[in-house]
Amino acid sequence: MSNTEGFGTPASRIFFVKAFFGLFLRDLRVLSREMGPFFLRVGMQPLLFLFVFTFIMPRMSGGNPMAMGAGPSFGTVLLPGLMAVAIMFTGIAAVALPLSTEFGITREIDDRVMCPIPVWAVALEKVCFSALQSMVAACLVIPMAILIPATPVLPHIHNWLLFLLILVIASLLAGALGLAIGSSVSPRNIGLVFSIIVVPITFLGCVYYPWAYLDKIRWLQVAVLFNPIVYISEGLRMTVTPAVQHMPWWGILPALIFFLGLLGRFGVRGFLKRVIS
Amino acid sequence: MIVAIEALTKIYEGKQRVVALDGVDLEVNQGEIFGLLGPNGAGKTTTIGICTTRTQPSGGVVRIAGIDVMKHPAQARKLIGVVPQFNTLDRSLTVFENIYFHCRYFGMSHAESKARSTELLAQFLLTERQKAYPAQLSGGLGQRVQIARAIAHRPAVLFLDEPSAGLDPQSRIAMWKAVQGLRAEGITVVLTTHYMEEADELSERVAIIDHGRVLAMGSPQKLKDTFGAQTIINLKLKDHSGVEALALDLKRRPGVKSAEATPDGLRVFASSAEGLLPEIIQASIGLGLRDITITEPSLETVFIQLTGRELRE
Repeated sequence: MSNTEGFGTPASRIFFVKAFFGLFLRDLRVLSREMGPFFLRVGMQPLLFLFVFTFIMPRMSGGNPMAMGAGPSFGTVLLPGLMAVAIMFTGIAAVALPLSTEFGITREIDDRVMCPIPVWAVALEKVCFSALQSMVAACLVIPMAILIPATPVLPHIHNWLLFLLILVIASLLAGALGLAIGSSVSPRNIGLVFSIIVVPITFLGCVYYPWAYLDKIRWLQVAVLFNPIVYISEGLRMTVTPAVQHMPWWGILPALIFFLGLLGRFGVRGFLKRVIS
Repeated sequence: MIVAIEALTKIYEGKQRVVALDGVDLEVNQGEIFGLLGPNGAGKTTTIGICTTRTQPSGGVVRIAGIDVMKHPAQARKLIGVVPQFNTLDRSLTVFENIYFHCRYFGMSHAESKARSTELLAQFLLTERQKAYPAQLSGGLGQRVQIARAIAHRPAVLFLDEPSAGLDPQSRIAMWKAVQGLRAEGITVVLTTHYMEEADELSERVAIIDHGRVLAMGSPQKLKDTFGAQTIINLKLKDHSGVEALALDLKRRPGVKSAEATPDGLRVFASSAEGLLPEIIQASIGLGLRDITITEPSLETVFIQLTGRELRE
């Protein structure tokens, strides 16, 4: 299948945009019916996390055991981390889970695959739509971090352009991860993915601690560099709470782009394999 | 010619090498209803899969209105509509939305898509159910929505894969009517079926396909004429020792074209069963005649003539 097919003339480019927009509208329509579940899904985890670790724990006798010696307040460390988790979970929930049913018995994806644009564009649309949801989910964490903790955690975004850039790339990366999982894991095993992929990459994704703090456990500090979530957490740490130690931008951006390319490629290839025999 | 298939092959490599298509050549004319008739596993669905850009062939070419579907799949998809074997309606959307968004995927504007969806719902008598979700529809209704959705972008060719599989007789007749209605709109229809009545009733031309090869092609009448559409009389016999002698005896009688041994007994090809039946019964009674079935001339008898097997064996 040629990848450049259908882009020869301006008319075909306009057609491509219209069809792509049609797919996007379909997803938007489906999401609009599930606004309640959507907000519950993306909001519950950061809500409870902030409540337990930054509201309950500081009020316990003996103080917050998790924040001891952590330097900046634990809430400040947690804010970008929870945004990263929200982004990643949304990517998986918005792409991998629906794909596993649409590829399953019903083959619901068929009508979209048969639309007159290259099949990879259908996969790309899934990733883009999921990225939009991830961005909403990440931004939802900010008001929660201001309102819930005993001491409000305020974001300090100095470089809005860099923040938006990181947010967009991280959200696309999460969608690509969802695509890679959704198109390579059979519907039967999709639950297992949470235990063997999602939970480990979250806990070892520098979500609850900055990467720099791992310097005493050198082997782990090096090992987690293969985890894309680390760069999402550190990227948001750099742009949202720059006072907390974080990786330099030249360590974060290229890694995010690298993982986006890698997972995107893997995901699209898996998608094509599932729909073209 | 709207669909041209040349030397199409499909081989599934693997532990067990399967040759699904073994050099298929077909031509479908503009505006006709074309049937692909064959037993399960003959290669019908694979042929449709390749024509609709979902399956990559191992060799050969398919052109839809001159466009090579392998080289330009996205362009080819503008020209085709597909009703797959199973219900693939979008479960998250209503009946109306299934058609509406299909139009949007094909680049239509909001107003156009809305008008086209409303028109199709009326045409297929679905207006009342437009707010229902696919899970709430019966098999026959779901099939109708699938057909309406497949033609929403006004394709030149509609591919229907086993359209009556799983439908009750009433829904099947309603579906046949809907398909015949499409011809009036000038849409070419290619359908696969393993029901010979369906091929006979609906198709202007039929290709009989088995083991990935086209065995015969033409109008149902022409096939019946060419392949000696004969009445087939199947005899189930207890005693198989005298079958050859009985076959020789029967072949000599007027009205009998030929006779051959089968695992169960004997198969007699005759111009008509009338008058011949008492004779056959009498001749075979000595071999322990247990059952007798008569199949009138049809595509089924053509298939038996061509392959020595029954369609649903």
